[in-house]
Amino acid sequence: MNQTLPDKNGHFGIFGGRYAAETLMPALIELEKVYAAARKDKNFQKEFKEYQREYSGRPTPLYYAGRLSDALHGAKIYLKREDLNHTGSHKINNTLGQALLARRMGKKKVIAETGAGQHGVATATVAALFGMECKIFMGEEDIRRQAPNVFRMKILGAEVVPVKSGTATLKDAMNEAMRYWVSSVRDTFYVIGTTAGPHPYPRMVRDFQSVIGRETKRQIMKREGRNPDVLIACVGGGSNAMGTFYPFRNEKNVAMYGVEAAGHGLQTSEHSASINGGKVGVLHGNKTYLLQDAHGQVRDAYSIAAGLDYPGVGPEHAYFHAAKKVTYVTATDKEAVRAFSFLSLQEGIIPALESAHAVAHAMKLAPKMAKNKIIVVCLSGRGDKDAQTIIETI
Amino acid sequence: MNRIEEKFAALRAKKEKALIVYLTAGDPSLNVTKQLIFALEKAGTDIVEIGVPFSDPTADGPVIQEASQRALKAGATLEGVLKMVSEVRKVSEIPIVLFGYFNPVFAYGVKKFALAARAAGVDGVLVVDLPCEEAAELRNYTDKMGIDFISLIAPTTGKERLKKIAANATGFLYYISITGITGTAAPKIENIKSEVAKIRNITDLPIAVGFGISQPRQAREIGHFADGVVIGSAVVRLIDENKNKRNLLKIVSDYISGIKKELR
Repeated sequence: MNQTLPDKNGHFGIFGGRYAAETLMPALIELEKVYAAARKDKNFQKEFKEYQREYSGRPTPLYYAGRLSDALHGAKIYLKREDLNHTGSHKINNTLGQALLARRMGKKKVIAETGAGQHGVATATVAALFGMECKIFMGEEDIRRQAPNVFRMKILGAEVVPVKSGTATLKDAMNEAMRYWVSSVRDTFYVIGTTAGPHPYPRMVRDFQSVIGRETKRQIMKREGRNPDVLIACVGGGSNAMGTFYPFRNEKNVAMYGVEAAGHGLQTSEHSASINGGKVGVLHGNKTYLLQDAHGQVRDAYSIAAGLDYPGVGPEHAYFHAAKKVTYVTATDKEAVRAFSFLSLQEGIIPALESAHAVAHAMKLAPKMAKNKIIVVCLSGRGDKDAQTIIETI
Repeated sequence: MNRIEEKFAALRAKKEKALIVYLTAGDPSLNVTKQLIFALEKAGTDIVEIGVPFSDPTADGPVIQEASQRALKAGATLEGVLKMVSEVRKVSEIPIVLFGYFNPVFAYGVKKFALAARAAGVDGVLVVDLPCEEAAELRNYTDKMGIDFISLIAPTTGKERLKKIAANATGFLYYISITGITGTAAPKIENIKSEVAKIRNITDLPIAVGFGISQPRQAREIGHFADGVVIGSAVVRLIDENKNKRNLLKIVSDYISGIKKELR
């Protein structure tokens, strides 16, 4: 596989790019330069690693889920415990990196979009840590179903801006964050939460999240003396999946599965499976698979998991799909809720509903695999925030 | 010479400045949009920008966002807009620029779009989320069809980038008068004046100024140094407020002729 993707304009094959308003282009080009310099700067990398270790608590454990594995009568299942990061998900891997870049660029204000609120909390957290002013754009529907995270953001000093347009979920929050950024680009850093958006974001977020896969590789080697047979991660925009897969992209014999949210089912219009149920298009600064109608109007996504409720997917995932590097599958709301309960009861670990989609796929695969095979599931976040949704569902 | 060039040349000869008016196509209906274009032309509009509605207009303020939503609900599509343009073309030679976002064009097919736009009588396209880095994807087809690619210049655009954009620009340059989205803030005239002077130094193309302009006085002041003024959200709002009135066309025409008066 080509090691140099994205190319200089941010393309991954036909995907990616920088489909942004002219007002933002100079800021995106500057960010690309600053990031390129930071990548080579040993002090930046050292400081980033220190925060990951001392503040976020990395490395996160790779936990052998023995009872879960036994109950499924098949492969050994390991969980990469991103839920044990400070703030409760993998999102802080990225926000720490971007906040350090914002500081390097002299920006004292940050903004972010959020769906489940995990990225919003992770951004509000680093904003507090570095003494930055913080605004989080969040759809009204998500504010309702993710109330605990809204409180956390407010406690951390962030302003939560409710977004009413569209379905009032993640896509609309991102539209509004981009509009706000157009008006405030001179002094504000936009902390995008996933491997999407215009170049250099997909690459930058991938790099910051790749610590997940690098640690996994080291940990499984120490524990089992070999690579896993299967990697599974949920895919909304796709940052935890990209972070998990990327370091394994050139490994042979590691099957990688990205799990999209099938909501009420792929045959209905209520799902968030952009790769399995969408077509190539352009939204939020990049070319990728999108849920859209025949006229190029973006359709509303749906998933029980607010963090997967997005009609697009990171452009490098689109590329991995086209290059058949990763297999993209789906799990429905029902399957995710079943996995949510099953993992909670088997292991005493409550997964985020997003991560439960990955667990659901492990539950499908494991029984069909021999007992000496190894599955690693990225448990991207913890599920405390989903209590309300689960109560409403059951 | 295409219609846009001819128009600017004719205005220059008359020592007039161009009044460019934006409408969201299909709000309240494509038929009304067509009637509005005829009325706008009579009222002194020199170039019409027809907004192709998109579900996620990230460079637009609330007025055009809501108009786009209404237009989509009313069934507007790119195909329908092109058909309406061809109907306008049967009776009018007003220069027409399609204004919008890339995805509806991409979904339609860029090559098919270029052919259909040419056949319908479109003179230029302005695609908000297609900066010069990505423009070839469309221009490979539209340039060949003689359709102008109208480029945006923002207050944040630096000197080197400005040169690069101007070197490849066709039709006219569109200077965004505010660091912001459409129809949300009043621009500072002095700032625009110095920026337009900088652009003037490196290009002979006409320069139009838009985003946030709604008052005759603003139009007059900008007309002193720019070649054209774009009115967008103000007209879209006026249409929405008066769409159920019988004299909608007259209300909009009166407003537009009031602006045009300041540009003569």
